[in-house]
Amino acid sequence: MSTIERLKPNEPRTPVSPQLALRVAALGTFALVLFAIIFFRLWYLQILSGEQYVQQAKVNDQRVLPIPAPRGEILDRSGKAIVDSTVANAVQIIPSSLPPVVRHQAAIYQEALARAQSEYVAARAQLKGYEEELHTPHHTHAERVELHRLRHAAAHVKAVAIPPLPASATGVRGLFDRLSPVIGLSPRLIDERVISAITQLPYAPATIKTDAGREAYTVLGERRNEFPGVRQRLVSIRHYPYGEMAAQVLGHVGEVSKEELKLKAFRAVKQGTVVGQEGLEFYYDRYLRGVPGAQHVQVNAAGEPVPTALPVTEPSPGHSVRLSLDLGLEQEAERALRQGISSAQAAGKPADAGAFLAMDPRSGQILAIGSYPSFNPNIFTKPFTDSQYKSLLEGVGALTDRAVEGQYPTGSTFKPITAMAALEAGVINANEAFGGGPYITVGGQRFYNAGHANLPSVALVEALKISSDTYFFEVGERANSHGEIIQNMARRLGVGSPSEIDLPEEFPGVVPDRQWLARRNREETQCRAERHVSSCELLAEPGAPWTVGYNMQLAVGQGDLLTDPLQMAVAYSALANAYTHEGHGWVPRPHLGMEIDDSRGALVQALKFPPLRDVNLKYEYLSDVMQGIHEAASQPGGTSADVWTGWNQEQHPVFGKTGTAQHEGKEDQSWYMCYIGDRSRPIVIATTVEQGGFGAETAAPIARLIAAKWFGAAEKYVAGSSKTA
Amino acid sequence: MTPPPAASPIAAPREVPASNVRALRLPLDPLLTLAVICLGICSIVTLRAATAKFVPGNPHYYVTRQTIYLVVGFVAMAALARIDYARLRHLMYGIYAALIVSILAVFALGHQTALGAQRAIEFPLFSFQASELGKVLLVLALAAFVVDRARHLQEPATTVRVLLLGCVPAVLVIVQPDLGSGLVYLAITFMVLFVAGTSWRQLTALLALAAVFATVVLVAAPAAGVHVLKPFQEERLTAFLHPSSNPQKQGYQQEESKVAIGSGQKTGRGANSTQITGNYVPEDDTDFIFAAVGEQYGFVGAALVLSLYALLIWRTLAVLTMAKDLFGSLVAGGVLAMLMFQVFVNVGMAVGIMPITGVTLPLMSYGGSSVITTLLAIGLLQSIYVQASASQAQKGRVFR
Repeated sequence: MSTIERLKPNEPRTPVSPQLALRVAALGTFALVLFAIIFFRLWYLQILSGEQYVQQAKVNDQRVLPIPAPRGEILDRSGKAIVDSTVANAVQIIPSSLPPVVRHQAAIYQEALARAQSEYVAARAQLKGYEEELHTPHHTHAERVELHRLRHAAAHVKAVAIPPLPASATGVRGLFDRLSPVIGLSPRLIDERVISAITQLPYAPATIKTDAGREAYTVLGERRNEFPGVRQRLVSIRHYPYGEMAAQVLGHVGEVSKEELKLKAFRAVKQGTVVGQEGLEFYYDRYLRGVPGAQHVQVNAAGEPVPTALPVTEPSPGHSVRLSLDLGLEQEAERALRQGISSAQAAGKPADAGAFLAMDPRSGQILAIGSYPSFNPNIFTKPFTDSQYKSLLEGVGALTDRAVEGQYPTGSTFKPITAMAALEAGVINANEAFGGGPYITVGGQRFYNAGHANLPSVALVEALKISSDTYFFEVGERANSHGEIIQNMARRLGVGSPSEIDLPEEFPGVVPDRQWLARRNREETQCRAERHVSSCELLAEPGAPWTVGYNMQLAVGQGDLLTDPLQMAVAYSALANAYTHEGHGWVPRPHLGMEIDDSRGALVQALKFPPLRDVNLKYEYLSDVMQGIHEAASQPGGTSADVWTGWNQEQHPVFGKTGTAQHEGKEDQSWYMCYIGDRSRPIVIATTVEQGGFGAETAAPIARLIAAKWFGAAEKYVAGSSKTA
Repeated sequence: MTPPPAASPIAAPREVPASNVRALRLPLDPLLTLAVICLGICSIVTLRAATAKFVPGNPHYYVTRQTIYLVVGFVAMAALARIDYARLRHLMYGIYAALIVSILAVFALGHQTALGAQRAIEFPLFSFQASELGKVLLVLALAAFVVDRARHLQEPATTVRVLLLGCVPAVLVIVQPDLGSGLVYLAITFMVLFVAGTSWRQLTALLALAAVFATVVLVAAPAAGVHVLKPFQEERLTAFLHPSSNPQKQGYQQEESKVAIGSGQKTGRGANSTQITGNYVPEDDTDFIFAAVGEQYGFVGAALVLSLYALLIWRTLAVLTMAKDLFGSLVAGGVLAMLMFQVFVNVGMAVGIMPITGVTLPLMSYGGSSVITTLLAIGLLQSIYVQASASQAQKGRVFR
């Protein structure tokens, strides 16, 4: 190269016109300005607001999948598990493996759901507005029709059908068709479960069957290629090893619903968690449910999990609840109730339902509780069909816990309460005999003994022993002029007021009095006006004043009295406590829970149920009443004496009262209430069998079987012969 | 419509064979070459993480292909640098015909993409996006046409004709619909006029016209119920004014891009770049690759890439000034328009200050058509540089 070449400047130069130079300068400036803007923008985004965007990115890409906490067990008083959890294989479908058509269906479904919800809200508002518009209770026909239409629309959120998969989605349909026989669900049901699961949690695997069984486990495990996107997970599901035993009391579990999430009891609960739905599972849910863990999952924009090692928060298992229930006694009582019912049926009674309750009168600890018919709570642990649920709700009402929600008149088991009230008020004298004959006449109306028995005039002890209705009718008649002494005594002892048992629901009960009658009258009048019917059947003769008849019916546990075995057991316990403490008794607070243990069995918290209130009764009067019901269960001629034949009354004196509650158009309801004394383990037993006939016939023998089990005596079923109430 | 090339007094001087021989030995513009190589490396590095999960089981699918495109493009650039660009001027009609035919061919042979857009013709090994190559063809055709009309530059007739020549392919491409490329065509047309020396008055009138037109198309007409653009294009163009977090809305993409870039902070999130690896920013391999740079390498990485573009644009401006003839300056101006428009619109879109128009980031975005077209354009710049050097060497040092 020449020197000229070497001296050449770095860049070749051509003459540039001043015009072009100006324009190039303008372009250069323009580019500089743009670069400056971009740099400032970058500075702003990355340096000044970077932290905020990092947070946003984290929110963007992480989802928290809850890891369910193992639910605590429910134990009997000795620590044996009566509700536990088992491991089952759940079949799940991973949503991201499904074609977009499924997500599309889910989106349609979600839209329809939202529409139904907003329609419902609108209908509610419309109804409210219309109701406010109509001030007068009397409406024209058109108004009534409109009101009816609006009420119908606002009754509930309209059900939304899950849109079926289009025929063109052959891939998914094929998968569901193949899966159907393996897990025993129709392809349509699989489709529905997938869609509804995706709608709820779009990024979590959709569980289509919770307990698929061994066979499905093997098939799906071996032929994985045929079922792309289908996987199995071992999950913990609630297990009720004793099936129907005490099912209504134990309750069941289920996924928390949208409505439940709003409840205070479920404040800390996240969607998708399995919680207690009824019974003790519900009442002690906050102990049982534990704290779910969290699996942080990184997901991409499509909601598909991206494999990463994010921290896992392990769940902490729920605590166990130890109950006062005695498993052995409970099982025996369940068996005894069924035996009682079947022997009543064998004797020609249409007995179809019943309940029992055994309680420690001192503490209120419930030792056994049950209701027949029952159901198997295990069905609630898996998704079940509407028809299954309907069959539970309809018919005999297996879901009703008759021991605490029975709503029955009690028949003669109420008489000790009447007697106590009358004695304390001085209405009767224990030694005065009256009430002879088959009936007594009050106000021109005849009140008959049960079975129209012609009984002699007797004093109190004998009247209780033979359960003379005529005697107690007269007590009721006399008491009526002294105000509400029977009603007050019943409420003092716990009948007609909530017992505050540790169950989510109980029936408060009805002890009829003047106030109640007035309220009933109001309701009946209002109801007739609103529904335009001739009678709402709340009362036979609305508007009629309180009569002595109401009081007389109450005195024998009939008429409008409504209570349940639980309240009666509480009342008998209160009597027993006063009896054993020279009149200074107390009303125990019945309960099932005793203590909360952690998952390893260590005590977390002892549950305390202090007595509801003290009850002071005059010991002299109480002794007479207790003697009456003791003789009824032990002396010849006593209503339940033959039932207790061979029972060691010295060691375990039985204070028992039969009851025969009459129901219009039905066989009588058999009742038995008893307290059995013992220094260390006294017991109050309440039994009842709907349409079981006389108390001595059906209910009392069941109580004896329960008592025999409790005291380790020989079990003997003796059907009593007493045909009195 | 145009006078024969021979009539132009400013036509490039006929090269003596010696100049060609000499030109072959002369070096390429070193800084321009450096910028190209560095941007190519940046592209591969960024794509490696952003596309690792795109093809299951083949994390290098995109990187491998992009490398091939870059190498092929680089070779093409070097080859083009050895050709005297001035010869291309005489192929003006052929080039313009090729431009229009290739765009029309897309309508005839192209395959539908997801949005119903027809932008590419599928060949066995790659899909050819005619609108990309069209950018270079348009630059050459317009520059050649303007050189032919050099004596009538101040006449509005010339401006109108150039405008027409530019608008026909632009409209054809926008209809495809490839709005981004269409706008690049318009930018090229404007820049060619600007560099050629069209009067400021006419240029200002053009800008005003463009502004009125844009307002009508984006605001007035849709309000009146007439949709000149497809609705999604309208939405994309206006979405940056009202960002949205709704994934179904157009603003979402830009919002996620901002999150990605912002979360990169000073030095980037590297392997933890969830926005990119989780595919939150759609098209993070092509149109939104700057978001991938921003998230993975932070302000440092983004600034480096921007600096490389600044270098690229500076060198383009320099080449523009040193061109041995008007044709060279006009070609350089057209390439400058193409690069500047794409860089600023693309980066501006990623950082949320520009509408989404679907233009690629030159050399960075994944895609053969875009990469090779850009390198061909840079090849033209290199050729202008080489020829300028050659004519300098021939004439000796002439300073003015």
